[in-house]
Amino acid sequence: MSAVVLYSIITLGAISAISAVVLFIVARKFKVYEDPRIDEVAEILPGANCGGCGYPGCRGLAEALVKASENGDISGLFCPAGGNDTMANVGKYLGLEVAASDPKIAVVRCGGTKSKAPQKVAFDGPSKCAVANTITSGENGCPFGCLGLGDCVAACDFGAIYIDKETGLPVVDEEKCVSCGACVKACPRGIIEIRPKGRKDRRVSVFCMNREKGAVAMKNCKAACIGCGKCASACPEKVQAITVTNFLAYIDPKKCIACGKCVQECPTGAIKASFEIIKKEAPKSAPAETNV
Amino acid sequence: MKLRRFSKGGVHPPENKLSATSSVKVFPVPEKVTIQLAQHIGAPAKPVVAKGDKVKVGTLLGEPAGFISAAVHSSVSGTVTAIEETANHMGKKVPSITIKVEGDEWEESIDRSDDIKKDCELCASEIVDIMKNLGIVGMGGATFPAHVKYMFPPDKKADALIINGVECEPYLTSDHRLMLEKPIQILVGVSIMMKAAKVERAFVGIEANKPDAIELLEKESKSFTGIEIVPLKVQYPQGAEKQLIKAILDREVPSGKLPLDVGCVVNNVATAFAVYEAVQKRKPLFERIITVTGSKVKTPCNYIARVGTPVADIIKAAEGDIETSGKIIAGGPMMGHAVSNTGFFMTKGSSGVILMSEDEAKRSEPQNCIRCAKCVSVCPMGLQPYLLEKLSEKDRFEDAEKEFVTDCIECGSCSFTCPSARPLLDYIRYGKANVMRIMRERRAKQ
Repeated sequence: MSAVVLYSIITLGAISAISAVVLFIVARKFKVYEDPRIDEVAEILPGANCGGCGYPGCRGLAEALVKASENGDISGLFCPAGGNDTMANVGKYLGLEVAASDPKIAVVRCGGTKSKAPQKVAFDGPSKCAVANTITSGENGCPFGCLGLGDCVAACDFGAIYIDKETGLPVVDEEKCVSCGACVKACPRGIIEIRPKGRKDRRVSVFCMNREKGAVAMKNCKAACIGCGKCASACPEKVQAITVTNFLAYIDPKKCIACGKCVQECPTGAIKASFEIIKKEAPKSAPAETNV
Repeated sequence: MKLRRFSKGGVHPPENKLSATSSVKVFPVPEKVTIQLAQHIGAPAKPVVAKGDKVKVGTLLGEPAGFISAAVHSSVSGTVTAIEETANHMGKKVPSITIKVEGDEWEESIDRSDDIKKDCELCASEIVDIMKNLGIVGMGGATFPAHVKYMFPPDKKADALIINGVECEPYLTSDHRLMLEKPIQILVGVSIMMKAAKVERAFVGIEANKPDAIELLEKESKSFTGIEIVPLKVQYPQGAEKQLIKAILDREVPSGKLPLDVGCVVNNVATAFAVYEAVQKRKPLFERIITVTGSKVKTPCNYIARVGTPVADIIKAAEGDIETSGKIIAGGPMMGHAVSNTGFFMTKGSSGVILMSEDEAKRSEPQNCIRCAKCVSVCPMGLQPYLLEKLSEKDRFEDAEKEFVTDCIECGSCSFTCPSARPLLDYIRYGKANVMRIMRERRAKQ
């Protein structure tokens, strides 16, 4: 009996001793030097692995940051989830200056609420926008509008976007959105855009993606941009932030000063502001519609 | 005699051929037609007319823009009022030409007599040229430009022509009526196509639920050499070309290959008729038979209508009730598309329009997959639909490619048979489209 125990101990002991030597040699021979700063930077980053920076996960960005810091310039890299605070901390650790960038937010550019764009047909296929987009133009008939099946909701790691049951459109939670852009990639119709949050959260956007002629677009949605160009002429001469191409207006957020003149001019209400506009005659439309 | 069929999978949905006994009626020329330039697979035709031009019936409107593309001709005489984008039955915007109808004046070159011309002295390349110039496309549903099938690569040769008279889709009867009413024209068309494909044998496959068509074509085919009528057991999707080749010649087309790789050329009976009219009468393809049917249509029937006719007009003529329909389908119920808007127009591929009641059309709520493998046993391509569905749903396109998602012929047998009512085909189509896109991008990179 004791002999069995003894043999076992000797054999196992011998195997482990040999393995230890082999492992020691291998570990020495194939050792990869890794900059310890990468771990430190990764520690500073939020660890959400959202991919908003364009790298696969926070560690990917940390590696890129450390590599870029050797050239003394990390200006092209930014963590949208952490924002300016995180980037300042990273800069402090790496001993570099980081210019603060404007906070951004996802904007769902569709105003086709259930009341403005009533349902014409029923779609009973799978609830996935990407699938629905290949087989239907949407329940309200607009081939450019939101399908309302929530691919953006499923893509969001931060719970910052949800479908409003009343309007049928996605709503972005300003507090939670980190502008990582996952929803932008998920939307098969390219409705969502990452736009600057604006000074004091004041921003104006066109809530429509319809590039059809005005009359055609209006058939499906009363809130469609008809490309009339009134907004472009209302825009102050020094600003000129609005361009109209293919019957669709676009407001350049870099130029826009959020004066709100275009909001008042828009005949269909396709342009909306995130702040209240005091009109000369009447107060602005119902707050339920301003999900900027 | 035991009837032949393809060996793997397939389903047998209720046939519902409501309009089978209704002979083809001529649909009156509408006041305005909208002829789309992308009625076929491939590049849309390039317009050769301008706004304000006068056109006659058969005038060329668009010329082929690429190797896989087809010419488009006017179906009416009148004035071009607009060249703009309109929505097709899938809601996709395609370039199209709107013509205001004035009278019914035909191009002089078209032979409008009813005489049947049997002899054809043309050589193969001349026939293919006529098919190309007169805009003949496959009329079974895919609308693949017909002339391309007859332009063989130098190393390939066909030994048999297969003509599809199967019409395996439920409801549709346009091919059935055509076979009953124009049998000799079809057979002349087949012999012309045999000449174009340089083959000695042709087989016309017809399912056994059309005994009258089988009998008639068998009788008429005695005066033609090399044409054999093959009655087939009823099984969906026998009209798919790979299944039809398997059923008739017992040859299997390998994955990713074409019928020509096993020495076959496959075309529809309606295409054979269009070839007859083009070659013998110089009539471009600008009208076809459309079946208007379904429980919401009072008088299910078959019309021969000009391309560009508003489909809503045709539905109205057959006393179809658009308002209370639960689902309106362009094409057959298995492979057609449910339309969200009836404001679309007849194309060369419009084989039918079906108005279903809400009860018939409603899909049940999808349940979890119970791993019964019924979808696997009915898949005529030997694929695993349950797996392809999951891979597509999770955007795992590389894995879907390895599981041969691109072999799917989108027949819908899996969705039809699934006891859990899972949207199998919807996801597979999505996955297939993405895999095709990825493959195209990969090829472009190389």
